Amino acid sequence: MERTEADLIAATLKGDAASFEPLVQKYSPRVFATARRYARRESEVEDIAQEVWLKAFQKLASFRGEAPFEHWLMRLTVRTCYDFLRAHRRNRESAFSDLSEPENDWLQRFVTAPETAGEHAEAAKLLVQRILEKLSPPARLVITLLEIEDRPVKEIARLTGWSVALVKVRAFRARAEMRKTLAKLASEKYL
Amino acid sequence: MNTDNLQKKLIAAARTIMPSDDVPYAFEKRIIALLESRASARNAELWVRGLWRAAFSCVILALLCGAWAALSPQSSRNADLSQSFETTLLASVDQADQQ
Repeated sequence: MERTEADLIAATLKGDAASFEPLVQKYSPRVFATARRYARRESEVEDIAQEVWLKAFQKLASFRGEAPFEHWLMRLTVRTCYDFLRAHRRNRESAFSDLSEPENDWLQRFVTAPETAGEHAEAAKLLVQRILEKLSPPARLVITLLEIEDRPVKEIARLTGWSVALVKVRAFRARAEMRKTLAKLASEKYL
Repeated sequence: MNTDNLQKKLIAAARTIMPSDDVPYAFEKRIIALLESRASARNAELWVRGLWRAAFSCVILALLCGAWAALSPQSSRNADLSQSFETTLLASVDQADQQ
């Protein structure tokens, strides 16, 4: 008979660490997919996922079972990703002079004929990654959750632990920050 | 360059990126092994901490007993005790001498 999540959690809390394994196996794909939105290197993604599961194990007693385990775990994952962003603030001050040729071509096409610069192009995807890396940690988190993953403000507040008002303020600032970064890109490339 | 339009295009591009949900081979085994090794390390750490506390308490107790023995006014009576002990022990010899 297959054990339910509640059984596995209860057994883990009683000291049977092996009962935690099916939970790790079931939810790791979601944890990895989320971590890959914020970290580029695979070693960093693995570090984030490992940190999430270690925290989940340590804090398992605080899971009250009112909401699904997955929601509790995703909250932990998003917060761990945010901690990662705050700890790795690299590349934010670098210039846009090192854009690859396809990225430059895509930008050039966008300037001359915006409708021909498709958003499915690989260069656009690389460029957006580069822009996101230049944003501050809260701005990147909000842009990712709100604009890219299209989550409602309330859900973002729940995931991040911020208030709804704070999410709105940070979203406003994040959009402004992104516009500023794009203006910097435009001035560096085309002025 | 129209930055608002560029922002929209780039956000739209970002939405098309679906991060992979691949998990490294035997990742869950690694996590469980890590948790178990941490648990055994934590048990050892608890023992070591408990033993250090016990040793510290014993040292404090020994120091207190020493201080009490050295500073207590009873220490002056120790000489009397030894004399009384000697008198008692040699009492039979004294009595024999007197007879």
